[in-house]
Amino acid sequence: MIRIFTLAFVLLAALPLRAATDIQVVTSPKGITAWLVQEPSIPMVSFEFVFQGGAAQDAPDKLGATNLMMGLLEEGAGGLSATEFAQRADELGARFGFDAGRDSVSVSASMLSRNLSESVALLRLALVEPTFGDVAFERVRGQVNSIIRSNATDPQAIAGQRLREILFPDHPYGHPVEGTLDTVATLTPADMRIAHRHALGRNNVKIGVVGDITPGALALLLDDLLGDLPDDIKDGVPDVQPVLTADTTVVEFDTPQSVAVFAQPGLKRDDPDYLVAYVLNHILGGRSSSARLNVEVREKRGLTYGISSFLLPYQHTALYMGHFNSGNDTVAEAVGIVRAEWAKIAADGVTAEELATAKRYLTGAYALRFDGNAKIAGILAGSQVAGLPLSYIAERNDLVNAVTVEDMNHVAARLYQPENLHFVVVGQPEGLGE
Amino acid sequence: MRKVIGLALLAIMLGPLAAIAQQVPVTSYRLNNGMDVVVIEDHRAPIVTHMVWYRVGAADEPRGKSGIAHFLEHLMFKGTEAVPDGQFSPIVEANGGNDNAFTTQDFTAYFQQVAADRLPLMMEMEADRMRGLVLDDQAMLTELDVVLEERALRTDSDPGALFSEQRDAAQFLNHPYGTPTIGWPNEVEKLTLQDALDFYHHFYAPNNAVLVVAGDVQPEAVLALAQYYYGPLAPSEGITKRVRPEEPPQRAARRLVYHDPRVASPYVIRTYLAPNRRAGDQRQAAALSLLADVLGGGGITSLLGQRLQIEEDIALASGAFYSGLSYDPDTFGMYVVPKPGVPLEEAEARMDATLQYLLENGVDPARLARSKATLLADEIYAMDSQRGLAQRYGAALTSGLTVEDVAVWPDILQAVTEDEILAAAREVLDIRHSVTGYLMGQEETGQ
Repeated sequence: MIRIFTLAFVLLAALPLRAATDIQVVTSPKGITAWLVQEPSIPMVSFEFVFQGGAAQDAPDKLGATNLMMGLLEEGAGGLSATEFAQRADELGARFGFDAGRDSVSVSASMLSRNLSESVALLRLALVEPTFGDVAFERVRGQVNSIIRSNATDPQAIAGQRLREILFPDHPYGHPVEGTLDTVATLTPADMRIAHRHALGRNNVKIGVVGDITPGALALLLDDLLGDLPDDIKDGVPDVQPVLTADTTVVEFDTPQSVAVFAQPGLKRDDPDYLVAYVLNHILGGRSSSARLNVEVREKRGLTYGISSFLLPYQHTALYMGHFNSGNDTVAEAVGIVRAEWAKIAADGVTAEELATAKRYLTGAYALRFDGNAKIAGILAGSQVAGLPLSYIAERNDLVNAVTVEDMNHVAARLYQPENLHFVVVGQPEGLGE
Repeated sequence: MRKVIGLALLAIMLGPLAAIAQQVPVTSYRLNNGMDVVVIEDHRAPIVTHMVWYRVGAADEPRGKSGIAHFLEHLMFKGTEAVPDGQFSPIVEANGGNDNAFTTQDFTAYFQQVAADRLPLMMEMEADRMRGLVLDDQAMLTELDVVLEERALRTDSDPGALFSEQRDAAQFLNHPYGTPTIGWPNEVEKLTLQDALDFYHHFYAPNNAVLVVAGDVQPEAVLALAQYYYGPLAPSEGITKRVRPEEPPQRAARRLVYHDPRVASPYVIRTYLAPNRRAGDQRQAAALSLLADVLGGGGITSLLGQRLQIEEDIALASGAFYSGLSYDPDTFGMYVVPKPGVPLEEAEARMDATLQYLLENGVDPARLARSKATLLADEIYAMDSQRGLAQRYGAALTSGLTVEDVAVWPDILQAVTEDEILAAAREVLDIRHSVTGYLMGQEETGQ
């Protein structure tokens, strides 16, 4: 017993972050920049490309265009049919992922070192020369429609979409990334070419690369891969403030367990208080077992399997959100506890002990995020999207350690807005009315 | 033309890659008290994944106590004399670590990921709760509510999961794999503190456990730590070879239809009772793995994908699956999600026709070569996930396999021939051993 506790509270020595010391900035002859961590121990290279813009750029009558376009990139390109493209990827052992988000579209790729140049050539076809052929277009549109129909009967998806419509009634952020059955029905292959022209460029891409590759080889590869993309991509989306009240919106749905999502205004990633707010949220609703929401709603009362909250910064707005599921007969009690905790942290802030505990976890666990090439590539690209300096990863734990209780309570008073915390509950909740 | 180029390329790829795939340094030991130890070196970052796997899962539960293995997993975080009041996870977090646990039919596993210099503390706490769990009624009752919420979330809120539960119950006439790991709700709500303690005292012991440590560690140092922390634990007398009720001969194909208004995309799925990977005897399992891949792996390049999604254009999605990683025989499966307007009967007929086509025409050599190339690439990419490698060994060793079986598995997969694939298909895909299920939306009145 004594042994455990003496060991447990030895202060953490800062872990040496390999990625912190080893990030190299590589700039290609055409001026494309990537952050690289060389990692030769496994014969593979992982790439993450984040093209800023995303589904928020869709015109109101073309909702879903960007999402469908991203789904079509590997479905025929550069003279290869969809089948031929997939067969070629299998032969090379190359793995590609294409994704559309609200603020960006992203491409993840893992390639075997020995097939690197052939794999890059194949990925280039998808990014630069997609076909958008009629047959593949109809097939993938059918898959997207299936997802839209599934979302319409999924309480989780219903809750998220209802909340977005409340928060952003007149802004692209209020729309589903996939579009609607009506808008997707009007899309054409020509719309795909337009969406492609407006989404993928060399001036809006942030790149993270980790693996068995030298800076010189990467520089040349970047131009081969992306050099033929346009360099005039613009972001036409306006900034927006979410519309919020302290109401609870109930969406009736026949299910044994209610889904609850909640939101209030958050902080953008470049807000000077962002890091302090991140530590505050860790104490209130982070992944920690001692987070207040977890202790109050799950550990003490058994009202849910999991509850968490998180800052959600966007390019043009910022939210502070959370979610949990709870039985129809218990969800009202859980909503009340979350509201009470929100009011409590707004009024009283946090204790010095809570801050010390949070620092021990956050500084120690930071290194755990860097436990694989593909994960590190994602962090490198994400850091650039967030506008963080190259030195941030090395300095981040010092920044966390520098936070004081005064900082925390000052920001808590600014951040937490119980009067603007809106809940959407999907299910058949007892005791929750409009 | 393209096929020829592809095959030439594959010929270049196979040799050197096969050698690389075996470079993951793995060392194994057994402690005097019977605890197995596996160490996987990954020196890319000063991080370690520490896992303890127990050779006990839901399929080892007493009848009528379904869900007790998983419920006990939750209770293992509640406390011991040395680490009371649910402080296990908070102490891991105070040391900058993450921790969790999971339960399946065949094993229960606990893990932490943490800075490598914290490994001794993780071992000390994990060894402590292997034998020292202390429970009270209040903690038990609150956690039972949490588990019921978990079931509501994972199963009752998901028509596909409810359907899967019904299909498994139909698939296994006698074997406990027919009972869901999380338990039937009417039994879970009646579980007691004594049920949990009985299960714990019987099964949680070093001679029923596998320690897996992956990360920035030296095998000899891990062994020394394991001897220090786990070595003194007394083995349990009650641990015997796991013998679960076996399946009788299955004589009749089973069919079931599940309607749920929450289903937006209906599908047809069929599973067949299938042999698992067995120690020193993995050849047929390897053939079934490749059968699943050529038939329904890899999206549109597989036979089902190519025929049903591209040529006949009747399906939104299709696939085939087989893991082989279970202690007792499990299943081989295939499914088709038809396009709207295509009846499930037609989707099933086309699925059967595709299987028949494979049996009559054999495996396209290019397709088989691509499957093998994909499996080799999987080996390289698997090295990028420390936790994934640790899980591979933990799951294998608690499913009756050895470290050697895991090491030779990639080579066995590469050696599988077309004849073996077809023979395995003919032997295993016997309709009398199958369950065919239709998952559909709201039942229309008047039908």
